[in-house]
Amino acid sequence: MPVPAALEPIASAASVVKRFPGGAAPALNGVSMTVEAGRITGLVGPDGAGKTTLIRILAGLLHADEGEVAILGHKPIEMLDQLGYMPQRFGLYEDLTVRQNLDLYAELRALPEEDKEETFSRLLRFTDLARFQDRLAGKLSGGMKQKLGLACTLVRTPRLMLLDEPGVGVDPISRRELWAMVQDLTDEGIGILWSTAYLDEAEKCDRVYLLNEGKLLFDGPPGELTDRAEGRVIQLTGFGEARRPFLSRTLDRPDIIDGTIQGRSLRLLLRDGSPVPEPASFEAGAGTRIAKGQPRFEDGFIEILGGGPKGTSALAENYRVIPPSDRPAIEAKGLTKRFGDFVAARDMDFAIPQGQIYGLLGPNGAGKSTTFKMLCGLLSPSGGQGAVAGNDLRHSAAEARASLGYMAQKFSLYGELSVGQNLDFFAGAYNLRRPDARRAKDAMCEIFDLGDKLNMNAGELPLGFKQRLALAAAVMHQPPVLFLDEPTSGVDPVTRRMFWTHINGLVEKGVTVLVTTHFMDEAEYCDDVSLIYRGEQIATGTPDALKEQAVTLTESDDPTMEDAFVALIEESDRRREADERDAA
Amino acid sequence: MSGPRKPSKRFDYRRLRAMLVKEFAQIVRDPSTFLVALALPLLLLFMFGYGISLDMTGTRLAVVMEDSSAPALGLSQSYRASPYFKVDVLRDRAEARRQMIGGKIKGVVVIPQDFGRQVHEGHMPTIQIVTDGSEPNTAQFVASEAQGVFQTWAAAEPFADAPKPPSIEISTRFWYNPGLKSRFFLVPGAIAIVMTIVGTLLTALVVAREWERGTMEAIMATPITMVEFIASKIVPYYFLALASMTVCVAIAVTIFGLPFRGSLVALYVIASAFLMPGLGLGLFVSSATKNQFVASQIGLIASFLPTFLLSGFLYEIPSMPVWIQAITYIIPARYLIPSLQTLFLTGDVWSLFLPNIAMMLLFGFVYFFLSFRVTKRSLDT
Repeated sequence: MPVPAALEPIASAASVVKRFPGGAAPALNGVSMTVEAGRITGLVGPDGAGKTTLIRILAGLLHADEGEVAILGHKPIEMLDQLGYMPQRFGLYEDLTVRQNLDLYAELRALPEEDKEETFSRLLRFTDLARFQDRLAGKLSGGMKQKLGLACTLVRTPRLMLLDEPGVGVDPISRRELWAMVQDLTDEGIGILWSTAYLDEAEKCDRVYLLNEGKLLFDGPPGELTDRAEGRVIQLTGFGEARRPFLSRTLDRPDIIDGTIQGRSLRLLLRDGSPVPEPASFEAGAGTRIAKGQPRFEDGFIEILGGGPKGTSALAENYRVIPPSDRPAIEAKGLTKRFGDFVAARDMDFAIPQGQIYGLLGPNGAGKSTTFKMLCGLLSPSGGQGAVAGNDLRHSAAEARASLGYMAQKFSLYGELSVGQNLDFFAGAYNLRRPDARRAKDAMCEIFDLGDKLNMNAGELPLGFKQRLALAAAVMHQPPVLFLDEPTSGVDPVTRRMFWTHINGLVEKGVTVLVTTHFMDEAEYCDDVSLIYRGEQIATGTPDALKEQAVTLTESDDPTMEDAFVALIEESDRRREADERDAA
Repeated sequence: MSGPRKPSKRFDYRRLRAMLVKEFAQIVRDPSTFLVALALPLLLLFMFGYGISLDMTGTRLAVVMEDSSAPALGLSQSYRASPYFKVDVLRDRAEARRQMIGGKIKGVVVIPQDFGRQVHEGHMPTIQIVTDGSEPNTAQFVASEAQGVFQTWAAAEPFADAPKPPSIEISTRFWYNPGLKSRFFLVPGAIAIVMTIVGTLLTALVVAREWERGTMEAIMATPITMVEFIASKIVPYYFLALASMTVCVAIAVTIFGLPFRGSLVALYVIASAFLMPGLGLGLFVSSATKNQFVASQIGLIASFLPTFLLSGFLYEIPSMPVWIQAITYIIPARYLIPSLQTLFLTGDVWSLFLPNIAMMLLFGFVYFFLSFRVTKRSLDT
């Protein structure tokens, strides 16, 4: 990629501070950064880190309390002509057509009439939306909306583009396409600021600014952060022990600061300065092998945050032991949900044995949540059967619901109630008797470190604490089955590790977990996964089995879960297109 | 790279036009807007035109015939002939009492046993009139109207002890609405309600919708000015409200038979003046709340209800308690309804219109000022 020799900063921020009324800590605390022409600058961090606030300040939509912000040497508000801004929700009028949206932004940005046709046809070709010009924006898929949003900011080639989490909630294929499109734009000398919570996207940026809780943790080329973990990532295979308890035991070792499950192996990050340990020291049988692993951006992030949590879950230690049973804890037999003509979920089939984690993977709108809601009794199926803890959904939905704990997307808590009131409410909703409720509440406060936040409104908690509170509310009544809908969306990697430590611990106590996620690496924690796409299960199996399928499809030797996902979806698209051709 | 661009701070007609095109496209595509702008007004108009009537025609009245002489039959015939009553003839008072308790009748006229004999002897007979005091207005009306029928009947009989007719005869005439048809002043009021709904409720939704759907953010990051933005929200709904008013006036004249004695120019001038506070209030509420639900609730309470209750549309202002009368002065519809009624029933009376128009414009100015104050090009709260 040709990079201009002299990199003039298109936009810059110097020691920016931004406080919101009622917020305890500043949303931005002395952040400095620059966006250079012809480069993709990454603004990376978990939700609530301050990414959106900084982007809005650069777009002239918020005023910084302290510090200087400039676009091409001027105040942002004076440079709106040179700015392309795509907010998180794309800013499209859903009740207008693709063409009408483009028209509107072209006029607002004063695109000369004579350039219009040429510009539009170039943008429609670029975004591959030419066929959908007359379709309402609201009827586009997530990936297409995102491309249209991008096109609307490009009607007059801006000097600076601010993209606020353009990849969030979109399937991996669309994300990759969008990335390629944006990369093309850098050739025209546009400076691009791309904000993301996906750390794998951060790795591809020319330069990243890593934000956490309003503070800048790192700035520089992403490789620099990744390099901090160089030589400290090891891959452990062949151990003769169940992987979850083994991970938990391993994380308690002093020389390991982070670890994750990767199918049948463990991926560990060593403490700085610790030598690579002997395989025998893991005491997991003679077959244990150690191999060097590739460090990732995430390892660097964890390292900066001071390492992941230890392996023992206080929550699991307090949990009752779920008596073992032979029948599947969760069962779906041909579960189908139709909304009018639209089949949101078709023939969902799986049986989850007790004490396992089962993952439903897929892009937004694929049918994960629909399947999920049918199993929790929140939607009644149009066809097929389902059972939770032996309770059939059709006949005893109430019993089925009583035996599960549910953590809804976006952590549905009562934002206006305090943390204590939320816990009281959920204890009441799950019918805990008063002394039990008090005991459960005290235990949750201690385990999740909520004690000093009891009187805070749940809505004002930092995201990580919201997630803990949502988990606490879901497990207060110690259910045998847990339903987790996008439980780690947007939280920082250390909070995610903590969450999975708890879940792994609970599973060892016999709890069965059904989880939906669009984080592909989290699928690795699952015993089995189902890939859901366009309302159907397109692949089912262990994470390793799916990756092996991807090996045969793509002929790459070590695909990640995301590679597998993309390969399987492309395969499904090919098959469907072939079927449609045959039918026609 | 594109060349140097013109400064964009000034009002730009092209951007306004683009926003207007967008706004109209959204209106056309949103069936609920049409429902509010056309179906709801028609419903209201027909409700007030046909359903609600403050005229007491066809009030149920029982005539208890304890006497069956010729004069008694003659009087009962007079009651039957009255357009204000729908008469049931009964034989005994107990039955009448039951029907009154059951709410089937609003009044009872008892023609007593010796009625025929008294007439025969040349005396002024007596009758008994009983009304249902639980509905005072109706009771009053029934009592006086039943009395009136009786006196008209008595006047035709040569009674020696009948009161002498007064030497001066008072003849009452009702100008402008000779039939005193309530429809004639209800329908103009209904038109005011319609303009309030279209003007305030629809605009209350529009800015809030942009905030809720996240498009406000994207729009604010373009060179558009806030004046252009607000103008793009007013113009479509101004025309929509005028269109829906025009439909209502046409129906009032053709279907309900109202006279229209004023000029169309005066009608549109007055309607435009009223739409300034109407649109301004909606815009202000919408910009201030940024939430469609809250905005529509506040819009309803702040515009529709006062117009309904306090503008003199249903309840006459002079008969309200003094402190409530004071409140009516800040209800813009208070200045619209007399003007509209005058337009329909009297004609162009500019000496009445002009002060009313001035008041409406004043309120409009206040609301627009407030709207500009709360619509900042910023997400800061």
